[in-house]
Amino acid sequence: MDAISVENLSKQFNGLAAVDRVSFSVGEGELFGLLGPNGAGKTTTINMLSTLLRPTSGSALVAGFDVSRSRDSVRKSIGIVFQEPALDIKLTGRENLEFHAMMYGIDKVERRRRIDEVLTLVELTDKARVLVEHYSGGMKRRLEIARGLIQQPKVLFLDEPTLGLDAQTRRNIWDYIRRLNKERRVTIILTTHYMEEADYLCERIAIMDRGVFVALDAPTRLKDLLGGDVVCLEVEGDPEPLLAEIKTAPWIKTYSRHEDTLNLTMEKGERRIPELVMMAQRRGITVTSVQLRKPSLEDVFLHFTGRTIREQEASADERNRAKIPGHGMGRRR
Amino acid sequence: MINWTAIYVMWLREMKRYTRAKSRVFGSLGMPIFFMAFLGLGFNRMAVPGVSGGTNYIHFLVPGIIGMTLLFSSTMQGLSVLWDREFGFLKEIMVAPVSRFSLVLGRIAGGITTALIQSMILLVLSLFMGFRVAGAGSFLLALVFMLLIGFTFIGLGLIFASKMKDMQGFSIVMNFIVFPLFFLSGALYPLGNLPIYVRVLSYADPLTFGIDGLRGSLINVSTFPIGVDAAVMAGFSLIMVFLGAYFFERTESA
Repeated sequence: MDAISVENLSKQFNGLAAVDRVSFSVGEGELFGLLGPNGAGKTTTINMLSTLLRPTSGSALVAGFDVSRSRDSVRKSIGIVFQEPALDIKLTGRENLEFHAMMYGIDKVERRRRIDEVLTLVELTDKARVLVEHYSGGMKRRLEIARGLIQQPKVLFLDEPTLGLDAQTRRNIWDYIRRLNKERRVTIILTTHYMEEADYLCERIAIMDRGVFVALDAPTRLKDLLGGDVVCLEVEGDPEPLLAEIKTAPWIKTYSRHEDTLNLTMEKGERRIPELVMMAQRRGITVTSVQLRKPSLEDVFLHFTGRTIREQEASADERNRAKIPGHGMGRRR
Repeated sequence: MINWTAIYVMWLREMKRYTRAKSRVFGSLGMPIFFMAFLGLGFNRMAVPGVSGGTNYIHFLVPGIIGMTLLFSSTMQGLSVLWDREFGFLKEIMVAPVSRFSLVLGRIAGGITTALIQSMILLVLSLFMGFRVAGAGSFLLALVFMLLIGFTFIGLGLIFASKMKDMQGFSIVMNFIVFPLFFLSGALYPLGNLPIYVRVLSYADPLTFGIDGLRGSLINVSTFPIGVDAAVMAGFSLIMVFLGAYFFERTESA
């Protein structure tokens, strides 16, 4: 049985589709990533799967339970770490865990055992009696991950687990996530807009943009789709005629133009660069820079959406500003 | 669908927060104590117009101040959903596998306990200012009214908190709902002194009946028969708690 299976799931806010007929399934024990810019609909998807939001249409099964009809059964089977901290800062770390465990109906002896266990896992045992308001950002995040594990969920949702954390803490959290997944076989769904995070952690990735999935596969396969190396040519002058010639070459796998830069993929890129420069010269176009690299998820994203993830975020912010006059953010609620 | 553990957890959380926030305890007691002390001392030698002779102003005032304390702390308790929303904790509560109704009951249990503790502190302080409770029976009857006032305004707070998305509406509720409710209730002066068109508003204010009931039980002076006060307050508290629970259950927390 799949841990999650989603069919044509949609959510509309005031008639605007935040998530638009998304379908996918996640196997048991899989580490699955939703990658996309802010405002792509990742959090909305997670919120529907965790029963916080009711889907406008479509269906989703989590651990075999329908998210609209069996909300309590879904809630018992999942753990969730939200994008923004959801701790009571006026309680100690241990009290936060204690109250959570009680809500899930875990008896006193078992509670103590599990709390000690998860505290050890996230290395917060010696800080357990400190009020959460004195915790650092990374400690709060770790406490939340610990809390999400107390009820021993079949599926754990992590919404931007390393957002706003420093590089060192981020590494540590990545290690926790991996260990959880490997040692305990917890199915994990995480959202992120960090390419390297998705690449490093996830077995499969869905690339999400403007409410739809534009690609879904293992990171390596997604990168292979582009076919070999990425060569970026930055040129002076109108690159269109040059692109017209390049795209007829049999060894070009994919191509796209992004302002003055041509993004080309091909095998053995280093051997093709002289040829590309010659082509440009014949047409009187100056090549101002050449870059050769192995494809990253950033290139995959660019390939599927025609834009970089940073540009996408900038324009998503603009769209949101246009929607809500005189108010910047509005997509979280 | 009632989950007793969830109610207990919500209650315990409130108790821990309350006992830790010393500034909150003293801060919220400050205003009623000042009202009681300065108004009580300032007007004590005056006869209260519209109240049968022999009642000192301090005797008239203390039930009103207790009602005021209950009004403010209960509404704040209901509105505390807003804080939880602001600090993200509401989501944690909302994904727990317990019914929303249990969460509401837990909140009400926590809120009513803190509101009662506040009023008890005030009642004890008032004894030092010459206030006297007629007896154990009056005290128990007053306790019933305190509970009813508490339930009513926790419900009111919950209704507003469920409808508001952020803290911005908070001061509007405090200034345009809670303060008028307080002044209209006759906590500080007998309603008979108000012009008739204002009095009409007073009779729509639950606190009017709550404070009248407190006066009736504590000092045996009341505008309405005490049974009427109790019946009206019981009605108000049922409706408010029901509506508060209803709206809270329907909020989307994400």
